[in-house]
Order: sequence, then C-alpha cells, then structure tokens
Amino acid sequence: MPESVDTQKPPTITVAVPTQRRRRKSDKRTWKWAAIAVLAVIALIAPLYLTSYWLQLVFAVSAIAIGAIGLNLVTGTADQLSLANPFFMVVGALTYVVLCSEADAERGLVGLGLPPIVGLVGGVALAMVAGLLFSPIASRLRGIYLGMASFGLVFVAIYVLNNAGALSGGFNGRSVPTFELFGIVFGRSDEPLVIAGVPFGRWELLWYLGLALLVAAAWFASNILKSRSGRALRLIASGDLPASVSGVHVAWYKAQVFAISGMYAGLAGVLFALSIGSIAPETFSLELALEFLAMIVIGGMGSVAGAVIGAAFVAAMPLLLQYALGDIPAFQTGEISAANVANYVYGLAVILVLIFKPSGLVGIWRDVMNSFRRRKNIPTTTES
Amino acid sequence: MSDFLSTLISGLSLGSIYALVALGIVILFKSSEVMNFAHGSIAVLGAFAAGRASDILGFWGGVLVGLAVAGLFALFVERVLVRAMKNAPIVSLAIMTIGLQVILDTELPRQIGSDIIQLHQPWGLDSVDIGGTLVPWNRIFTILVTLVIIVAFLLAFRFSSWGVSMRAAAEDREASELVGIKLSRITMVSWVLAGVLAGVAGIMLSGAPSAGLTPTMAVIALRAFPAAIIGGLDSVTGALVGGLLIGVLEALTITYQSELSFLGRGLGDVVSYLLMFIVLLVRPQGLFGRKEVVRA
Repeated sequence: MPESVDTQKPPTITVAVPTQRRRRKSDKRTWKWAAIAVLAVIALIAPLYLTSYWLQLVFAVSAIAIGAIGLNLVTGTADQLSLANPFFMVVGALTYVVLCSEADAERGLVGLGLPPIVGLVGGVALAMVAGLLFSPIASRLRGIYLGMASFGLVFVAIYVLNNAGALSGGFNGRSVPTFELFGIVFGRSDEPLVIAGVPFGRWELLWYLGLALLVAAAWFASNILKSRSGRALRLIASGDLPASVSGVHVAWYKAQVFAISGMYAGLAGVLFALSIGSIAPETFSLELALEFLAMIVIGGMGSVAGAVIGAAFVAAMPLLLQYALGDIPAFQTGEISAANVANYVYGLAVILVLIFKPSGLVGIWRDVMNSFRRRKNIPTTTES
Repeated sequence: MSDFLSTLISGLSLGSIYALVALGIVILFKSSEVMNFAHGSIAVLGAFAAGRASDILGFWGGVLVGLAVAGLFALFVERVLVRAMKNAPIVSLAIMTIGLQVILDTELPRQIGSDIIQLHQPWGLDSVDIGGTLVPWNRIFTILVTLVIIVAFLLAFRFSSWGVSMRAAAEDREASELVGIKLSRITMVSWVLAGVLAGVAGIMLSGAPSAGLTPTMAVIALRAFPAAIIGGLDSVTGALVGGLLIGVLEALTITYQSELSFLGRGLGDVVSYLLMFIVLLVRPQGLFGRKEVVRA
C-alpha cells in the first residue's frame, strides 16, 4: 500500500508526485554512479601525475581512515568510548612484521618469512582475536568506563613493543618487510614494475592498495550500519536498558563491535607500518588514540564518510600546514612547529564541532545540500 | 626493611597526588557527568602558573596564584564549554575534554620548554632521616597536606550544605532542583574545587624528589585516571583508596624492579593499568562504585 505509506512522510515529500519521484530517484542514481566512475578514473590515473610525497600522504591517510571507520562503529554508532585503536594497530603491525620478516640472528629477531598477504590477513585476524579477548571487559562496561579501560591498553601496547625485543626490535623498532601480491613486489626501486612503458614504484602501487582496501572497508562498514546489527548498535547508543528491552543482546553486540573495530585498526596498523617503513613504540602513542577520536568527531559521528573525511582532515593537516606555511618565521626558528599548530586546530575543531554542530562536517554538507534541495522542492534527507 | 619503609612513604606520597587528582575527576563526574580527560593538564597548568608567579612572589604567593589559575580555568571550562553542551551525551562531553586536553598538552610543554621551572619551596630538596633512609620533606608534606584536605573534604561532603546539596544533586538532578537546590551553583563550586585540588597535586608533584616542573609531569598526572576507575567513578572514598593503592603499587614495582626484571623495563608505567584491568574484570563498577541495577 504505497499511498498509506506516503501519508506518513513529512509534508515536503507529499508534494512530489510518485512518477516524478521515481524519475528523480533514477536520475540521482545515475549521477551517483557517474560520480563514482569519475572518482575511480581519477584514482587510477592520479599516481601518474603525483609525486611520491603526495602518494605516500594519501596512502597513510587511507590507512588511518580505515582505523577511523572501525572506531566510528564503536564510538560513533554504539556510543562506547574507545581509545584502543593504537593498541590494535600495534597487534596488526607486529603480527605482519613477525610473520613476514626473515629471522635476524644478529639482532636476535624472530621472523617467519611468510608471504606478505599471509601477514596482512594474520595481522587483521589477530587484532580481532585481541578485541575478543578484551570482551570480558568490553562487553560489561558502559561507554565511559570502556574509554578508560581501553586507554590502558595503549600503555600495555607500548610496554610490549619496548620489551618484546625479539618480536618488535625494542625501543629502536624494526623495519617493515615490503608488501607483495601475486608476485608483484611493492617497491623495488631498482627494477620497478613497468606497464605500457610507465614505471610503477612502491608508492604508486601502495596508493592502489590503500584506496582499494579503504573502499572495501567503507563498503563493509556501511553494510553493517544498514543491517540489523547496525540498528542494534544504534539502539545500544540510546542505553543498555532500552536496547535489551528491544531484544538486543547488549553484551554480545558490544563484544562484537569492539572486535570488529579491532579488525579495522589491525588492518590500519599493517598499512600504517608499510607507509612508515618501520615500527617503533613512539608511533603508537596515546596522542594517536586521541587523534582518532578527533577524526570521527570532526568528520561526523556514526557516519562512514565522516570517518574518512575526518581522517583526511586530522592526519594530513600537519603535513599540509608544513607545506603551506613552511616559510613563516615562527616555524623556522623552531618556536612553534607545524605539528603544534595542527594540534591547536584539531583540538579546537573538536570542541567547536561538539558545541555547534555535533553531526560534524558530514552534517554541514547535508545541511548545504538540503538547503539547495529545498529551494528546488526536492525531498530533503536526514541520514547520509 | 628500611628500603620497604622509604618505598612505602614515597608510594603514599605519590598516591596522595593521584588521589587528589582522582578526587577532582570523581567530583566532576558526580556533579556534571563529565569525565574530564584534561584534568591532568589542569594540574600541570596550576603548577606552571605557581612556578612562574613564585619567581616574583615567592613560594606562597606562587601557590595562591597557581591554585587560583587552576580553579578559574576549571570554572571557565564549566561555564563556557560544558554549559554550551547541555544535554549532550556523556561520551560527547568526554570527547570535548579530550579536544581541550590536546590543546593544553601541546601548549603547556611548549611553554615549559626544555628548562625545569623552580617553585622555590622553602623546604627545597631537604630530606629527613627516617629509620635509616632519607625521605624528602616534600614527600612528607604531600602526605600531610593531602590528609588535611581530604579530611576537610569528607567532612564538608558529609555535613556542609554544599556537600548535602551535591550529594542530592548526584542522586537525582531533577528532584533536587525541585526542592530548591541551585544546580548551577553546585556545579560551579564543584568545578572550582576540582581545579584547585588538581592545582595542589601539580604543585606537590613539582617538588622533591623532582627538581621542579618538567613537561613529563602530564604523563604522571594521567595515572590518576586508573585510580579513579579502580575506586569507582562515582565514589569519593574510591578515589582515595584507588589513588593510594596505585601510588604504593607503583613505588613497590619501581623499588623491586631488579627482582621483577623478567617482566621487562618500564613496568612501573603500566602496573596501574594492569591493576585496573583486574579490578574491572571482577567489579566493572570499580571497588567502591555503585552498581547500576539493570536486567540486561
């Protein structure tokens, strides 16, 4: 009964006649696919024109964005504060390094020399296991307690990196083995992969890898959000009691979503380690945990696109500021660094977003689009 | 034995500092449901202001300035930032304080720089001989000052009209407002108080055995969070017990590090978090926290 459904919608929608609406919807879909196709083409040919500096930056941002998407499921959607992302990144990165490096008897380092793809999958799997192991704590705590408990995990991770020298190389860290897939080595500068006369070096190939995994991760997360599990998580955000009354197994879902965020962060850890080229304790600090929260808040809590935008905003800012403002005297005297300024900007952005626009950049974008739609009498949206 | 005694004293003094910060965290959580991640930085801010002012005004003048700055800053956070987010979820409020923490934690170390800021304590780095070991006076003063503050606080919490209204407000905000308790005043007083407590902790932390205020202090102040969680976020007693427990445990770990060397370096940095995990496994609400009765 489509008529009876229509009467329940807001007045702006009832203006549109069904046939017109169907046409607009298919129009919209065509536009959407056209936009996706254009973006895909840009993503494919961009490495031919960008310098490795930008390729590396985008790869690092996609790694971080994957972690932010996972965190957004826990903190943005289910409203359970988590600061554990650096911990899971350590689990992922460490697994990758140990599984794929060759053993080094001189430094006493353990390595199994397995193919990199095994290391990647193993890192993600072990990060998920780590998330599940934490579930006796994660599933029983309310949002804020979970935040504090997961905050402790970051210190445990740094402690492990410092002390498990045979695995991590200790304080000085350990270099990350080059990625390889289907016999293609990602980054052998002496004999790069050449396709149609174009050389593809490390950063060109990693660019594709990062973006492909980011798209897959975003697609997976948005499917979770659209499914029964996503609705259950949103219900948990409104409180344990209302959720359990509606038949959601709260503890099980909390444990699950924490483990899934672990998977995401584990993958992010492997990729981030590849982008830096080495793992060291100082990389996976508490500051990183705070940056992840800043990303999902600035981008938009509970939105997959928001997590990606926020990650780009926070992770790329120090480098962009350095690039844009490198000539300012205060930077050159060392009085203040680009990283300092970036911290002020994103710290302030978090506060301002939470006070004035809790739905973040995605919310602002939606408002702009809606005001445009209203002028043209097109139905407005409330969800992304 | 003397080794153990001096460890115990240094643990108790470190623990009293954690307890003061944790007490502030608990007060804020009870009065306005804010989990203030920037509380450690408020402690550093207080110590920093005290250090800078003591160059001109001497130690006691510096202390007054430092406490005033810490209290007023906390008040600013409440009036301007927290109030603007009325009715926001608890997690959003916590993340807002994280944004604040990022700014403070960048700016304060930059201001402190590489030099050590002296607070010009009249007792300086002097020590006293207790049972064959030298214990800095600053440690003993820390324990005594904390003792006095906490007894005064517990009495106030129990008997003063502020304490009664605050407990009522923590119990049920709407009902307490209906019986004429001015919630906004209670909240303001709580924030100022929590800020001043953090300031005291910061000033005590910048004395002997540390030579003065160093940028690494912010990391130490972070350990008040597991203290608050171990005790239970909504329990004043819990904050005290949690703080002392963690302080003593940490001091013991550091003293007996050589016996514990199979566990690796830097165990003192993580032992408080490990204790927190164990407590949360057994009692998710903390040792003294009140359990929410929910059938789920």
